[in-house]
Parts: sequence; C-alpha cells; structure tokens
Amino acid sequence: MSNTQLEVAILARRHFLRNAATLSGAAVALLAGSEALAQAGSSMASSDVSILNVALGLEHEAINAYQLGAQSGLLQKPVLDVAVRFQSDHKEHRDALAGVIRKLGGKPVDEKAIGDYARALKAETLKSQNDVLELAARLELGATNAYLGVIPSFKDATLAKVAGRLAADEVMHWTLLNNVLGKPLPMGGLPFGA
Amino acid sequence: MFACVAFAAQAFPSLAADAGRGKQLYESRCIGCHSIEANRVGPAHQGVFGRKAGLAPGYDYSPALKSAQIVWSEKTLERWLADPEKLLPGQKMGYSVPEAADRADLIAYLRKQ
Repeated sequence: MSNTQLEVAILARRHFLRNAATLSGAAVALLAGSEALAQAGSSMASSDVSILNVALGLEHEAINAYQLGAQSGLLQKPVLDVAVRFQSDHKEHRDALAGVIRKLGGKPVDEKAIGDYARALKAETLKSQNDVLELAARLELGATNAYLGVIPSFKDATLAKVAGRLAADEVMHWTLLNNVLGKPLPMGGLPFGA
Repeated sequence: MFACVAFAAQAFPSLAADAGRGKQLYESRCIGCHSIEANRVGPAHQGVFGRKAGLAPGYDYSPALKSAQIVWSEKTLERWLADPEKLLPGQKMGYSVPEAADRADLIAYLRKQ
C-alpha cells in the first residue's frame, strides 16, 4: 500500500470515529421510522420482514467477515482500525434491522457460528492483507447491489429508504477499500445496482 | 438472415444467451447473497439445474421453497428470476431480474454450474 493510500485510510478512520455519534443517532431514527409500520401490521409487513431478514443475514455475514480479517493477523494498522470501524457500522446496521423486524412482529434471523462463515467465505485461502481487503470489498459491493436490488420489493417506502441508506454505507466502505487496494474508480456513472 | 436469427433467439432464448455475460451479472448482482459452492445468505447454486426446489444440502429454506413442487429448469428459473414472489408466494428473496436478456444470460451461466 502506498503512503497516499495509507493517508486516505487514516483520514477515513478519523472521519468515521468523529461521526460515530451521528451514526448511532441514525440508527435510532431508523427505528423510530418504523413505528407506523409496526402499528399497521398485515401481510404487507410480513413480506417486508422477509426482505429485512435477508438484509440482516448479510449484516451478520459482514460482521463475521471483518472479525475473521481482524483475527487473521494479516491486517496492519491503520487498515486494521478501519476494518474494525467498518465492522462497527455493520453491527449498527444489524441492531437497527433486528429492531425494525421485532417492531413489525417478526423474528430476527440468528447469527451463525463464525466457523460457518469462515467455511462459506473460504477464509483459509486468505494469505495477505490484500486478500482480506479483496474479500471485504467483494462483500461490500455485493451488499450494495443487494440492497439496491430489493428497494422495489418493499411494500413500505420507509423501508425502501432504509435499504437505500444501508446501500450508501456499503458504497462508502467499498470506495475506501477499493482505494486502499489501489484500484481505479469505476468507469462512468451509475456503476452500482446494475 | 438477420430475421431468422432474431426469430431463433425469441423461440429458443438459450440459443442467444451469453454465459460469459451471465457470469459477470452473477458476480455483480447475485454475489451479495449467493455463491456457487457454499450456502450463504442464499443457497449454493452448484448443481441447481435439474434440482428440485428447496433441496440444496444444508440450506434452511422458507416453507414456500420447501413445499414447492418444481424442478429448476430454464423455464422455471426464468419465471423465478422475473418475479420470485409471483412464482412462489411467501418465499424470502426480495430480488428480481427485470430484463429478459439478463435472465437468459444468468440462466446460461447457472446451467454450467
């Protein structure tokens, strides 16, 4: 990793730490936005709960992927700190999604054992910091496209907006990971969700 | 001649499908939840063609998939990707593939797995 990329990573870490309180507030707002939905009940909510539980599954996987990366001994500071910061974002997503699912009368999907995620993500193939970052970037991009892809399926526009906000966080993560990996920005506009 | 090719593509979508582009689409749109070899948020896709729905080993399916009486083929995958909820109400995949050409390419790729 070049000095410039390191500086970007350090600046990003400071930025995220500075905004940690704001992110917490955002999660609270997300929960508050589901009050009307919770009162509405109905099969409409049931359909949306199913989609939210898939999203929660994505967040469980992301949290465990970053945990595997952090425990691997392959990540060096400041990249390790940024990875932990991103994991913290995903934990916040998890908590917010689980809260909304409960409010809508659903049961949040359980997290699996970390060994299950390790097998599914082929963690044994990670041999370098770049390998870990490549995996993280791939998952963040996949999650971005998944969140964008489910937006039209939500019956309630409030939840569609939530999916959009989650996608924005994933894009933020992907962009920094992509930069640290020394990769160029995508060619042209509208690269996500297509 | 071009008319014949166009007709053939309409009559037999698999003839015109591009598995290479399907792989790119898979890695862009599906990889968030799926992989070929492992169950993740969604089930593994290895061997999906010709498999009865809801039977990927080790995956916890929704009741809608568990009770589905369909086998994954070009035709059933086309209907599934176009509108999963219409094909199997109560399923949990909120994602669909609106463009027919994209579905055909994805199916061509999945057929090879």
